[in-house]
Amino acid sequence: MSPDLAGFRAEVRDWLRAHVPAGPLPSVDTAEGFARHRAWERELAAARLSVVSWPPRYGGRGASLLEWLVFEEEYHAAAAPVRAGQNGLFLLAPTLMRHGTAEQCDRLLPPMARADEIWAQAWSEPEAGSDLASVRASAVRVNTGRTEGGWLLSGIKTWSSRAAFADKAFGLFRSGPGRHDGLTYLLFGLRADGVTVRPIRQLGGETGFAEIFLDGVFVPDADVVGAPGDGWRIAMGTAGDERGLSLRSPGRFSAAADRLVELWRRAGGPDADSLRDRVVDAWIGAQAYRLHTFATAARLAAGGTLGAEASLGKVFWSELDVTLHETALDLLGPRAELRGGEEGRWLDGYLFSLAGPIYAGTNEIQRTVIAERLLGLPR
Amino acid sequence: MTLTRSAEQQQFASSLHDLLAAADVPGAARRWADGDHSPGLALWRKLAGTGVTALAVPPGSGGLGASWLDVVIACEELGHHAVPGPVAESAAAVPELIAALADERLSARWLPGLAAGDLIATLALPPWLPYAADADAAGLVLLAEPGAVRLATAGTRHRSVDPARSLSQARGHEVLAQGPAVAAAVARAREAGTLACAAQLLGAGRALLEAGVSHARQRSQFGRPIGSFQAVKHQLADVAIGLEFARPLLGAAAIAVTEGERTAARDVSAAKVACTAAAQRAARAALQVHGAIGYTQEHDLHLWLTKVRALAGAWGSQAAHRARVMAAIADGSLAWS
Repeated sequence: MSPDLAGFRAEVRDWLRAHVPAGPLPSVDTAEGFARHRAWERELAAARLSVVSWPPRYGGRGASLLEWLVFEEEYHAAAAPVRAGQNGLFLLAPTLMRHGTAEQCDRLLPPMARADEIWAQAWSEPEAGSDLASVRASAVRVNTGRTEGGWLLSGIKTWSSRAAFADKAFGLFRSGPGRHDGLTYLLFGLRADGVTVRPIRQLGGETGFAEIFLDGVFVPDADVVGAPGDGWRIAMGTAGDERGLSLRSPGRFSAAADRLVELWRRAGGPDADSLRDRVVDAWIGAQAYRLHTFATAARLAAGGTLGAEASLGKVFWSELDVTLHETALDLLGPRAELRGGEEGRWLDGYLFSLAGPIYAGTNEIQRTVIAERLLGLPR
Repeated sequence: MTLTRSAEQQQFASSLHDLLAAADVPGAARRWADGDHSPGLALWRKLAGTGVTALAVPPGSGGLGASWLDVVIACEELGHHAVPGPVAESAAAVPELIAALADERLSARWLPGLAAGDLIATLALPPWLPYAADADAAGLVLLAEPGAVRLATAGTRHRSVDPARSLSQARGHEVLAQGPAVAAAVARAREAGTLACAAQLLGAGRALLEAGVSHARQRSQFGRPIGSFQAVKHQLADVAIGLEFARPLLGAAAIAVTEGERTAARDVSAAKVACTAAAQRAARAALQVHGAIGYTQEHDLHLWLTKVRALAGAWGSQAAHRARVMAAIADGSLAWS
């Protein structure tokens, strides 16, 4: 590791040690918890640690991909709070930097970095899940006599993570007949006229996502990302470059694997003996993901690209995440079902992990992508 | 040193692949299985011409003194083509053992021949390696124990599930080295052989994936290639994922051994566990995709299927390697590195 990287790691570690709240915050998917997580994001931003990889003019440090990975390792090792702004920070922001206008970046990124505006995603619909290109919620071009032209959004979006408490959302809307070229990428306010948000209780009991009803919601042209009709290409780009890497950093799994080994060590006894191999395999999996990610980052830094290979990683980390947490719960035995407290973090993590094989393209979709695009099997 | 292969390493791997693809390795393996080692030994001489047998031999003894990343690249390609013979033993473990014993007399006696490919060597290293592989094809058989390294002769010969492989008891005779320093040399040979064996498994797994994909594209049932069925696609995708995430563990282990890092034993064991699991998954899927034709000795697939099963238990069982990983990580003194 270079001296610069080691210095950056030390700075991040020291800052986190001094600032990470003792004990878990209330769940980000409650009103109180969301407010506490927003306050935490603001604390991070004040230290210019909320978006280290972004350019300085938007609140970042222009950190390299490797530095970002180091930041993530330290962040997870410190058991710091989940990122309430995750969807905006890791999905929307890279999209804006690539496809948005300078005006959009200047207007939207700084408040996102400071958590003054927290974003939810609005992709799925009741009839468009894995088959995302079949979205029906519409964007109709209007000139209402206002000073600017714009679009009227109507329809239903669902499974929108964080939408119960977030400020704004980004999504795909049908603006024309073409399956792929009739989609437009638009931004809208969750408290705008015509928007109704119905929180949905998740498996864990909290309102981690929501249904969004749109009834003629006006969006100005300034809030279209890229060209109208280009939404599919832009949205799919999310998986097509280094963002495929940033969806889940290895820091999460390395930290969880270390905690799992510690849990195993303290457990002792026959239960622990019988679970030893699963603990080892989970640790090896976390190590493999970490090494693989750093190698990919080095390849990208040298000008390489990441396409369908991102699907290999998505299946791997999401299955690993479930395995890690299942093993921990099996070690906890009769205490595994208890909510709350320090040990309850394993249960929370487990419930969170169960969503991984479903979101961001189900693992079935990913395996088909791997088979067709990487292995060359026929459609 | 990085996990990413250099241009030279890529070139080395692809030239080995080209050489082996043109050499009718399955034919040589079948003859080897029938007890005729001559085409296989001719293949080893060709490999020696590319430097494969000299990689793990120090430069002072006629070798190349290459990094373990280079040895891993070579052994992966030999596994990819199911090359018969004691690959991990002759190309990695024995040269490392003799070099680590640091006895000029022994080095001069064996290393130049190993480097040049004139000598094929094998060894038993109990308890991880209770038998010597392919001793009947080897010009040098050793018995390596923590207290002593002995010259050995092949005792009772056993057949392996891999028809192109045999296992023999190693009867120790002349003591070549003994004393407290020997244990460290034997340990180094053990890491080297395990690493090379893991690389063979990764290569064999890759070949099995390729065979499965190729068959799934060509074989039609119900009027369409079976590779268009999702049940087939997803099995092969899972194989690809397993191999993809075993590879960086193997590379990291090779670097750790080359640089003498204190995580080396942990990393070698993690690599062996992951490469074995990935290769076994590849074998199961390749057989399933081939169907009945894959379950015959008429089809070459069996050469890879059986080699994976044989190597899965060689150079330390999965249980032994998992125990070694746990001993290292539960100790807590080894940070993520």
